[in-house]
Amino acid sequence: MSDLLNRLLRLRRGPWENLATIVIALGVLMLLQPLSLTLYTYSFATMLAGTLMFVIVSKFPE
Amino acid sequence: MSMATTEDGTAGRIADQAARGTTPAIARRIRGLSDKAIAWLFIAPTILLLLAINIFPLIWTIYLSFTNYQANRPNRPITHVGTKWYQDILSSPDVWAAMQATAHFVFWTILLQTLIGFGLAYLIDRKFRGHAFWTTIILIPMMLSPAVVGNFWKFLYQPQMGLFNYIVSFFTGIEPSSFEMLGSVSLSPWSIIIVDTWMWTPYVMLICLAGLRSIPDYIYEAAEVDRASPLRQFWSITLPMALPFIMLAVLFRGIENFKMFDMVNLLTGGGPGSTTEVASITLKREAFEKWRTGYSSAFAIILFVAVFGLANIYVKALNRVKQR
Repeated sequence: MSDLLNRLLRLRRGPWENLATIVIALGVLMLLQPLSLTLYTYSFATMLAGTLMFVIVSKFPE
Repeated sequence: MSMATTEDGTAGRIADQAARGTTPAIARRIRGLSDKAIAWLFIAPTILLLLAINIFPLIWTIYLSFTNYQANRPNRPITHVGTKWYQDILSSPDVWAAMQATAHFVFWTILLQTLIGFGLAYLIDRKFRGHAFWTTIILIPMMLSPAVVGNFWKFLYQPQMGLFNYIVSFFTGIEPSSFEMLGSVSLSPWSIIIVDTWMWTPYVMLICLAGLRSIPDYIYEAAEVDRASPLRQFWSITLPMALPFIMLAVLFRGIENFKMFDMVNLLTGGGPGSTTEVASITLKREAFEKWRTGYSSAFAIILFVAVFGLANIYVKALNRVKQR
């Protein structure tokens, strides 16, 4: 866990891209799920945050 | 050494011919430019074209999504509505229902296509007699136009004369005209899933086959030496090594089916009622039947962000496969 945090703090592309991917996937799941309207409402914000994060962190060094 | 000299000579001759073909006025103008400037000169038309047909409409759609613009009333004054359309869409139970219809379609098509596609790839990879012929036969549906597929499946689903109903009747004993695939609320979503699975399973099979063919034989030979059973080999070698390719197929089909329009529009048009109204059909109805251009622009942006996000994951998965 501390290793993952260290890698995130060193601003390396790999772990940040993984995090952005998780956020995007979470947003898409929230958009398509049939359980909660509240989750659906916040899905766009989550997807947008994940996508912007992905665009930014893909410029980080390897 | 001599080969390199020959290549240099050929390249030089081609460059000389190209230089002779250039008019003196252009040659004089280009001679003063740097390599970078010449490169930009060549790329510029493509960039301009991309800006005109991709980037500008996207920016324009984002702008329209914050206005009350209606394409059928272009002279009406445009007023800015802020994020109203986004709030409306993201709190509308109707749009949420369309998203659930999309989710149902995406989930089942991906599940069926992956299972059948991987199964077919596994069989084709056995290299039995005539496997090349059967591969070609299996690939045919993928090569057809969705418009053609939609139309002929409409005939196959006809309750009175459709072949599909007769085949179901043959196996189950149910009267062929007693059920209607496209007109029934419970069956119509499945009718689209069946058609999409029929059409796109070969594509998944192709990607899975590429994955299976990329597994080196020596790994299986080592497993044989260790007396691993065929089932053990499948779970410990075949499946883990083909998994990145399966993921690639899942992501690609997921993105494609998320924005599925043509097949649904041709088969059911979103009906009966709104049973098969997937997100893209709702978008088309809002944009070109109700003429709510601002609202539909906001909806299009929401779908675009979802597809763009998924495409990022797709590219990442593709790079991972390339690294193998």
